[in-house]
This record gives sequence, C-alpha cells and structure tokens, in this order.
Amino acid sequence: MSREPAGREPASREPAAGTPAVEVRGLHVALGGTPILTGVDLTVAVGEWVTVIGPNGAGKSTLLRAVGGLLPAPKAITLFGTPSAALRRRDRARIVATVAQSPVVPPGMSVLDYVLLGRTPYIPTLGRESTADVDAVHEVLGRLDLAGFHRRELATLSGGERQRVFLARALAQGATLLLLDEPTSALDIGHQQDVLELVDQLRREHGLTVLATMHDLSLAGEYADRMVMLAAGRVVAAGTPPEVLTEELLATHYRASVRVVPGAHGPLVVPVRPTRP
Amino acid sequence: MRWLVAGLVAVLVALVVGVSLGPVSLPPGSVAAELLNLFPGVHLDSGLTEREIAIVTELRLPRVVLGLLVGGLLALAGGCYQGVFRNPLADPYLLGVAAGAGLAVTAAIALGGAGRQGTLSGLPMTIPLAAFAGSLLAVTMTYVLGAAGGRRGSPAMLILAGVAVSAFLSAGQTYLLQRHADSIQPVYSWLLGRLATAGWHDVLLVLPYAALTTVVVLLHRRELDVLAVGDDEARSLGLHPQRTRYLLIAAASLGTAAAVSATGLIGFVGIIVPHTVRLLAGSSYRVILPMSLLFGGAFLALTDVVARTVAAPSELPIGVVTALLGGPFFVLVLRTARRVLT
Repeated sequence: MSREPAGREPASREPAAGTPAVEVRGLHVALGGTPILTGVDLTVAVGEWVTVIGPNGAGKSTLLRAVGGLLPAPKAITLFGTPSAALRRRDRARIVATVAQSPVVPPGMSVLDYVLLGRTPYIPTLGRESTADVDAVHEVLGRLDLAGFHRRELATLSGGERQRVFLARALAQGATLLLLDEPTSALDIGHQQDVLELVDQLRREHGLTVLATMHDLSLAGEYADRMVMLAAGRVVAAGTPPEVLTEELLATHYRASVRVVPGAHGPLVVPVRPTRP
Repeated sequence: MRWLVAGLVAVLVALVVGVSLGPVSLPPGSVAAELLNLFPGVHLDSGLTEREIAIVTELRLPRVVLGLLVGGLLALAGGCYQGVFRNPLADPYLLGVAAGAGLAVTAAIALGGAGRQGTLSGLPMTIPLAAFAGSLLAVTMTYVLGAAGGRRGSPAMLILAGVAVSAFLSAGQTYLLQRHADSIQPVYSWLLGRLATAGWHDVLLVLPYAALTTVVVLLHRRELDVLAVGDDEARSLGLHPQRTRYLLIAAASLGTAAAVSATGLIGFVGIIVPHTVRLLAGSSYRVILPMSLLFGGAFLALTDVVARTVAAPSELPIGVVTALLGGPFFVLVLRTARRVLT
C-alpha cells in the first residue's frame, strides 16, 4: 500500500504561484437562526501570519471553525486554490491543522499516543499506524523539545508543555496551514511568548501559514504580519498591526479606553482607566 | 504484545479450569490432553473414561466456550460504549441495552411461542435478531434522552437516561412475564443469567453475531482513540465522528443482544473488565478492546466456575455473582470518575 511521506506539502496538486493559502469571500454563517458572521472577506497569503481580533462574541472562533471545515462548508472558502467544499475530510486534514482553544485532554493518554493522533489523515481507514508514522511523531517531538516526554501522561504536563504537545499534534498532521484559536489564553506571559516565538520559528523554517485568533492585542500585533478586526460578525478593519490597532478603532469596537504606543515589533496597547464623567 | 500473550494465557487457563472443575473433578492435565484431541490429527491418551470424555466435550466445554464468548462480547461492548460515549460508566446494562434485548426476547417467547418446548434451548436463530431490534431501540432512547439535557448532554445525564430506560423496559418485561406466566416458565432462570443448560447449539447461536461484532469493533479501535479528543477535533483530523459512532453503537448493541439472547441478564462485565484492563495496560482503545475481549471471556468463564462450585451441589445464577462483584467495583469507578461526570 502506498503511503504518503511525512512531508508537509499539501496532498492536493501544487497550486499556482501567488495562490493564497486561504481565501474567504462573502462568508455568512448563522447558527440556530442567529447570524454569527456576515459577509466576511479574508485572504491569507502562503507563509503569512494573520491574526483575527475582536471583542467577545465577534465571531472569531466561528471564522476559524469555518476555515477549518468544521461548519457546513459554504462555497465562500478556498484553500490553496481548491474550494474547501470540494475537499474530502481526510484531504483537508492534510492541508489544515487546528489547535483548538482548549483542546480535550483524554484522561490517561500518553504524549506519544496523543501526537500520533495527528497522523490520522495518513493512516488508512481501519488501519493502524506504521513505523513511519511513529518516526514522524518522534521527529516532531524532538523538534519541539519534547523528546523525553513521549511516555508521560498528557494530563500531568504543565500548561506550557501541553500547549507544545498540542502544537506537536498539529505539526504531525503535516499540514501547511495552521489554525490557532487563542493559542496563549491558558498561559502566563512568559509561556505566551515562548509559544508564539516557537510558532513563528516553525513558520519560517517550514513555510507554514498561520491564521490565529488572539485576545492579547499587544502580543497579537507583535507577531502578526496582518490583522483583521471583527465586530458583531463583520470585518471592521484589516491591515498591518499599526493600521488596525488604533485608539479610535479599539474605542469604537471594544468600547475600551486604551493608549497605543509604538513598540519595536508593533504597537503596544495599554489599558488606561477611563476618566469618570 | 505481552498483553496479548497474557490475554490468551488467561483464556486458556479459564478453559482448562472451567472444564476440569465441577461435580466430577477431572485432572487438568487430562482435560488439556482431551481438549487438544479435538484438533484434527492429534491423538493423546488422556486417561479419561468414555463417560468423562462425554462430560468434557458435551457438557462442560460448550458451557465454558459460551462463557468465553458471552463474557468477551459483554466486555467488548462495554469498552466500545465507553469510547463511543466518552463515558467511563457506559455499559450494556447501565445504558438499558441489555434490558431492551431482554424485553424483546421475552416478547418473542411470550407472544411468538418460541419457548413452547418448556426450555430456551433450541431457540430459533431469529431470537438474537429480535434482541438486536430491542437493544437498538433501547440505546436510541437512552441516547436521545441523555442528549436532551444539553447541546450534547453530560455523561451523568446519559447514565441517568439509561437507568430510566432500563427501568421502563424492565417493567414492560415484568408485565409480559405476569401475563404469560404459564408459557414463560423457562425465562425465569434465564432472567438471572444462566450458563447451566448451555449446549453447542447455544454456542452456534451466538457465534456469527459475536464474530461480526468483534470484527467491526476491533477494526475501529484506532478511531475510538481519535474520538477521545472530541468530535470537533476528530473531524479536523479527517474523521466522520457521528458516522463512526452510529456504526459502533450498532455493533456493540448486536454483540450485547447476542449475549443476552443466549445467557440472559449478566451485568457489570462491561464495567469490571474494561476498567481493569485500562488500569493495567493503559488508556488506548487499541489495547483496551482486544484485551477486554480476551479477559472478559476468561473472567466470565471463571466466574461461572465460582457460581457452580461455591454452593455445590446447587448453582448460583451467574448474574448474581457478577452483580456481587460488580456493585462494589462500580462504586470504585464512580469515585474515580467523579471529575469526569460533574
């Protein structure tokens, strides 16, 4: 039986140069009759890091779920030139890997078994993983400094270690597009930086494309090439971090009182207590 | 691999012990020789008399083999339900599946006259199919009721729904038993779980369904590991979780139905065995499921030895023995699973 190598190229035919990794045109999503996203446009170039921001309930996670193929796939989404709806689920899983906001940690599961789950799209239905799959997992674990962890039980790891294991599973999937839903929300500030630096390093080394949602605006701005601000299901701003992270936009859409100061890697957003009227 | 060897050894031990012990005790070595003689081309001198050989091959062996099959099926179904529902307490009995199968068998006997000869032996081959229909009805009711509590329902809701469904279907069964008391005498012993009257026809009755269930469930053991991370993540890994879930529920329910139609209501095997395997060999369903099949068989065959020797010359119903063991075990699982359930 022919098995795909552990390579990271998408399983579909090589898209033409300049084809974006993600193209969303006029996406509408309604859940239970309530519109969540309305006419959303989004383009992510290959190798780019785009971060979606927006207040609670703006539809950030829904947008990520739609791109990841977890919602009834509308025609609005194209991945590497192929309409998402035309991709079989297994094939999509070889192109797109998702790290959920708070992934389920199955009780008792070892790190090795957990990361092996990432090989699922390469393992024949009803089959079992090959030594090549196990080797691919060990290679990923080594790359993320998790080499000694493979026998450990996932549930016993610290938050930062866990986040690296979640990333390892996504990398083991061999996908070139990484969807990260609040990748740092469970971490302290040092581990937040560790994880984002790691993602950025992997992105540069392996030509990954990153689409993330984040709440911490300063951090988001330091790592993203471009940002998209959602509010009430619509795109209200898109562009480079300095274009999106402005005091006016944040006041309008977050109803936040902030000061934006320039930083070395992007604008820094500092909350300021509002003056009482 | 070493767990596979351990499981096979357990099955062999259960086989020899189960055939050796009884009102007439036979030396295990002779029994082992006689069992080997069943293979074509093997001729060993076991030193047993004609009558003793008949006890081995016609009385005890079918009983032990049926115990192995039924125990394996119930444990496999339990492990499968636990994975499918992501619920440590899922079990053919607690989900009401066994009660559904029991009601269907009782109805088939009471209304269809399948038990006319005054014994359950020689049941038509359709009885397991009726039981399958009953078990599917029950598991559907439990699933729908259990999910009604929320968007997907909590693990505790599912078990409570199972208890309610179980009580409801058992009441239906009791009603049938009352109304058809005369034609249904044999069902009483069957209700408490019985292996006592097992013959080769019972084994043949269960075997095809057991084979089908085993093949389907074991082929999906890796998919059950993927389901452990939740439906969304399973989907983004390329799986069709709901499709897999329905197929596995049907397979586990078929196995339960076959077990129930052959031996009646034997509870707790589906809780005791998979959890013990989990403690010993880890949490991956790739290991849990085949080991549950082997150790479940060995467990029930050995429990049957206890049931028929502890109060000799009379026999305890085997369902009573598994319940005596399973009750305390269930409390233990409940205590460790508290975090998952709330």
